[in-house]
Amino acid sequence: MIGIVGYGAYVPIYRIKSSTIANQWGDDPASIEKGLMLLEKTVPGPDEDTITIAIAAAKNALKRARIDPQKIGAVYIGSESHPYAVKPSGTVLIDALGIGPHVHVADFEFACKAGSEAMFVAYSHVKSGNMDYAMGIGADTSQGAPGDALEYSASAGGSAFIFGRENVVAEVLYTHSFTTDTADFWRREYQMYPRHGGRFTGEPAYFKHILGCGRALLEKSGMKPEDFQYAVFHMPNGRFPLKAGKELGFKQEQMNEGWIVNIMGNTYSGSSITGLTAILDVAKPGDKIFMVSFGSGAGSDGFIFQVTDKILEVQNLAPKTREMLNTPHKVYLDYGKYVAYRKKIHFNEY
Amino acid sequence: MREVAIIGVGMTKFGELWDQSIRDMFAEAGLKAMENAKVDKIDALYVGAMSSGLYAYQEHLGSLMADYLGQVGVPAVRVESACASGGQAVRLGFMDVASGMHDIVLVGGVEKMWDVEDGTFVLATAADQEYEVYNGVTFPGLYAMIARAYMDRYGLTREELAQVPIKNHKHAVNNPNAQYPFEIDLKQVLNSSMVADPLRLLDCSPITDGAACLILCPLDRAKEFTDKYVKIRGVGVASGPIALHDHKDLTRLEAVHLAAQRAYQMAGVSPNDIDFAEVHDCFSIAEIVVAEELGFFEYGTAGKAIAEGQATYGGKVVINSSGGLKAKGHPVGATGVAQLIEAYLQLTNQAGKRQVPNARLGLTQNMGGSGGSCVIHILEGM
Repeated sequence: MIGIVGYGAYVPIYRIKSSTIANQWGDDPASIEKGLMLLEKTVPGPDEDTITIAIAAAKNALKRARIDPQKIGAVYIGSESHPYAVKPSGTVLIDALGIGPHVHVADFEFACKAGSEAMFVAYSHVKSGNMDYAMGIGADTSQGAPGDALEYSASAGGSAFIFGRENVVAEVLYTHSFTTDTADFWRREYQMYPRHGGRFTGEPAYFKHILGCGRALLEKSGMKPEDFQYAVFHMPNGRFPLKAGKELGFKQEQMNEGWIVNIMGNTYSGSSITGLTAILDVAKPGDKIFMVSFGSGAGSDGFIFQVTDKILEVQNLAPKTREMLNTPHKVYLDYGKYVAYRKKIHFNEY
Repeated sequence: MREVAIIGVGMTKFGELWDQSIRDMFAEAGLKAMENAKVDKIDALYVGAMSSGLYAYQEHLGSLMADYLGQVGVPAVRVESACASGGQAVRLGFMDVASGMHDIVLVGGVEKMWDVEDGTFVLATAADQEYEVYNGVTFPGLYAMIARAYMDRYGLTREELAQVPIKNHKHAVNNPNAQYPFEIDLKQVLNSSMVADPLRLLDCSPITDGAACLILCPLDRAKEFTDKYVKIRGVGVASGPIALHDHKDLTRLEAVHLAAQRAYQMAGVSPNDIDFAEVHDCFSIAEIVVAEELGFFEYGTAGKAIAEGQATYGGKVVINSSGGLKAKGHPVGATGVAQLIEAYLQLTNQAGKRQVPNARLGLTQNMGGSGGSCVIHILEGM
């Protein structure tokens, strides 16, 4: 049996409400809250970036996996906000967590699906027998230009998954990927913020790939939507994943647990996979989970997991995702603090 | 002057046509029209497009479309009059046939609007750049001012204004080519996003990709090709002030009135003779003002009349049986041509579930800017 042996998420404590952003720009808060179904989003603290988020999530994954970090043969971090253009994020992480130096490390980038991509490669290593354990991580401090619709959703957070053969908590039953060249969203070098094709990001991009991957995954597995207890999709806003899920035949109650976007925002490479951690936090042995990510550019990775008896042993070994999202310690920022924390304004350097 | 007939029509579905370029759309509509009219060769081509340069980075549409329709060599030209480009192209095609210069003329309109990020900016190039746009106003703002003035003078309520898009969406349900073939209700209109007070999102026509084409020929040759043809009985065109502030009255669109008088005179008919009309409801207030300028209702009464059902089936005159710009969609250069296609379908009894019973005379009204230009055609079933 090959699958997830440890998982963990990380959510910063800072938040900004959609209404705060809407009021800043003279938008109608109600249309954001109802139209995009976004109430608030996470914001990275001034000392947080993709590396710190990835490390925090990976630490939680190690707590649940209960393995010697030295046994991990590969670490991949998927993100579109790696702090360095040249210099890997993964090397910081392995040194911080005592992994390596006999380890393969790479940083991935594929818009919002870099996290599931890291998982896909980590899983494939274990499946091929190349190594005993491999870790795939998706983490982002997502960028969205001030005043752009993306500013309501681009948030921070991430999740890490350790794949192995022993003490599997969620077996990987099937995978499928679906990729085309579709330029719906991009950021060139030296540009601070991504650009996007407006409504072109919808039907020809998000839905085409999520549905294309989802349908192929169902066909490949011979399974039907009703065979699953849970389904989770990439969450660029509140509405898209629910619409995609319904088109595939899933019901609202199958999607509720992983649908964290209304209080988290879109954590880009960490989006669908952090939804997956929220599901694993409450899943019962035997439950089946359907997950499809999406990354602009564009592609989707699909996974079908079956939860094992071991899940009950690990769920309480690290902070649960919804507990972090709903923590009483969360700190709401006003717009001025938000732009300062997101480094959208410049201060004197000392 | 020869009498002129429409002998065939073709159009794309209106909507977000991500898989089709501007030439793909026009070729689809043009070839459908030629097939419908049973012609494989045309004598001349007119292409209406408002801003293919800014929307699709493509000018020189006359030659491009002649090439892609397999008609290289024919006289071909692109026609521009903002959102009235399609209607103006039809008028030029009409004059071409009527004058005896050409017999088989293909007239089309096209706009590829979804390939750019800021369509509102492109549309605003049809307003007065120096006096209006530089001060920050775009068309939703201009029509909002018309709506405010109208509501203030005539007591039109927000709820009555909402009845225009509600009616047009109801009509679009039966139009398979419509961008939004579904109904909306009062609550949805009143709760939709505010665009320019008092106009909300569901008061505004959408951004649309699409193309529409038709084939004209001398009336006395129509039977050579088909038994389904209609006569263009009247044509009226007028220009109006380009800037809204130069209108003598904010609640009037004088170019519509002038074009209508010319079309009625040429056709020898009056507003009471018209069975149905396709009008330029770019914003809900526009349909109300236009319906008055066309003489269907007294000034200040069209809003209430529409709310009372006078502009739908069973009323005084069916307005926008296709769904109008609001629900059928508004690919600006194609709109004027698509209006004539709806009239053709109604007058040849091919409009399916949205057929206006016993339709004999139809009117199409296509408008540029905030009344800077207007083209009206009156068509008769044969």
